[in-house]
Amino acid sequence: MPERALEIELRLLIEAVYLRYSYDFRNYAMASLKRRVVQALRTIGCSSVSELQGKILHDPQAFMALLQYLTIPVSEMFRDPAYYLALRTQVVPLLRTYPSLKIWIAGCSTGEEVYSMAILLKEEGLLERSLIYATDINPQSLERARQGVYTLDSIRAYTESYQKAGGKRLFSDYYTAAYDAVLMDKSLREHVTFADHSLATDSVFAETQFISCRNVLIYFDRALQDRAIGLFHESLGHRGFLGLGSKESLDFTSFAEQFEPVSKRERVFRKL
Amino acid sequence: MSPTLSQRATRLQAVVIGMSAGGLEALSQMLRDMPEDFGLPLIVVQHVPENHPSQIVEIFQRLCSLQVDEARDKDRPKPGHLYFAPPGYHLQVEMDRTFSLSVDPRVHYARPSIDVLFDSAADVWGDQLAGILLTGANSDGAEGLHSIARYGGLTVVQEPTEALADTMPRSALKLFQPDYVLPLAGIRQLLLRMDR
Ligand SMILES: C[S@@+](CC[C@H](N)C(=O)[O-])C[C@H]1O[C@@H](n2cnc3c(N)ncnc32)[C@H](O)[C@@H]1O
Repeated sequence: MPERALEIELRLLIEAVYLRYSYDFRNYAMASLKRRVVQALRTIGCSSVSELQGKILHDPQAFMALLQYLTIPVSEMFRDPAYYLALRTQVVPLLRTYPSLKIWIAGCSTGEEVYSMAILLKEEGLLERSLIYATDINPQSLERARQGVYTLDSIRAYTESYQKAGGKRLFSDYYTAAYDAVLMDKSLREHVTFADHSLATDSVFAETQFISCRNVLIYFDRALQDRAIGLFHESLGHRGFLGLGSKESLDFTSFAEQFEPVSKRERVFRKL
Repeated sequence: MSPTLSQRATRLQAVVIGMSAGGLEALSQMLRDMPEDFGLPLIVVQHVPENHPSQIVEIFQRLCSLQVDEARDKDRPKPGHLYFAPPGYHLQVEMDRTFSLSVDPRVHYARPSIDVLFDSAADVWGDQLAGILLTGANSDGAEGLHSIARYGGLTVVQEPTEALADTMPRSALKLFQPDYVLPLAGIRQLLLRMDR
């Protein structure tokens, strides 16, 4: 069956993005990507994907606008509170045995997961000995993560999740409010290094004891999921931990046999 | 000569179903007595609260003889299975006919969204897809069902006067004229005819 015009245009757009800007979306799940590109047409003011392709080739700012659609800059603090509870009860006790810790949060988006993890580590007395690498491919998201400013509205929802996640204090201890926004406490950020890193094109940069990569793999096809898990396997030290999103698994990757489940339900694994 | 409606109903590859308020009851009436070897995958988006584990899979395992699963990322939908989108995730179908999940922003305040599933399924299965829109107090699904119609798929809307909440079926009827507007009993009959 001959391909439809839109599919061809999308493939060409992705190729153009790769050749021009080295962002590699060629192995992403296409259905949601297509939906987002079609939305981008409206905001960027193009009537077809081909026109958008021409535009981004010559206009880096237009590309940056498109990147906000190609990536998915949405996140929440303490998303799936049970995940964080599982970390507290099943991972933290083992992390305590290390004198120093390196933790990698891959695909950290606008930082919500990073602050959640930093709060958890602080309450468990581990933040002082930790170095957290928070990585993403979207520079605007990384910048927002660095700033740590969130809307008051969203903080209300996160407060409930924080409590369900086993929070030991008041969530408001971790931010200062100003008007309709809050600024996360900067002590949480002192142990975090934000960096540009792509699971699709970059290699391992450090040995880590725990990696959290949530709701990133669902955007990848199987081949790219395999690559990403391969990086995690390589980066994790002996018996290191890996946490995934609540609907992500190792089942379809070639590393299924090289991890054991710590919490099946919460998708926490340990390297064998 | 273009195929008649009933000819089209026998050439399908998949059925997608969307619903919100009142949907569980409607779906259970519709699927009661479906044979366990039903020849098509049935894929459902039901609006559910995002942060609560949903019991829907367990409920339907008890209610019907189809194989009931939560749709998993990268799974390939199989005939005789009834799939539900997981709470908090959009469910889509990829060109290689496997599922994909995403946490993309909500559509019509909903994640999973019916439009998102229907659009992607229309894209993949074209005229070999049937879309069914049931009761609901939200207009999600209307545009998706319209996409299915535009790709030549078979479209079915629950008779609004019978629906517990009629916003969802009425929103579709405002957009276009579907192939069928039927009460649940009629949709059930139609489904049985789709079974090859
Ligand atoms: C839906 S967000 C998930 C955010 C957060 N982990 C959470 O669960 O709330 C997905 C993130 O993955 C990032 N991402 C996409 N492709 C990536 C890649 N190749 N390498 C690293 N991050 C990537 C996106 O920029 C986006 O910030």
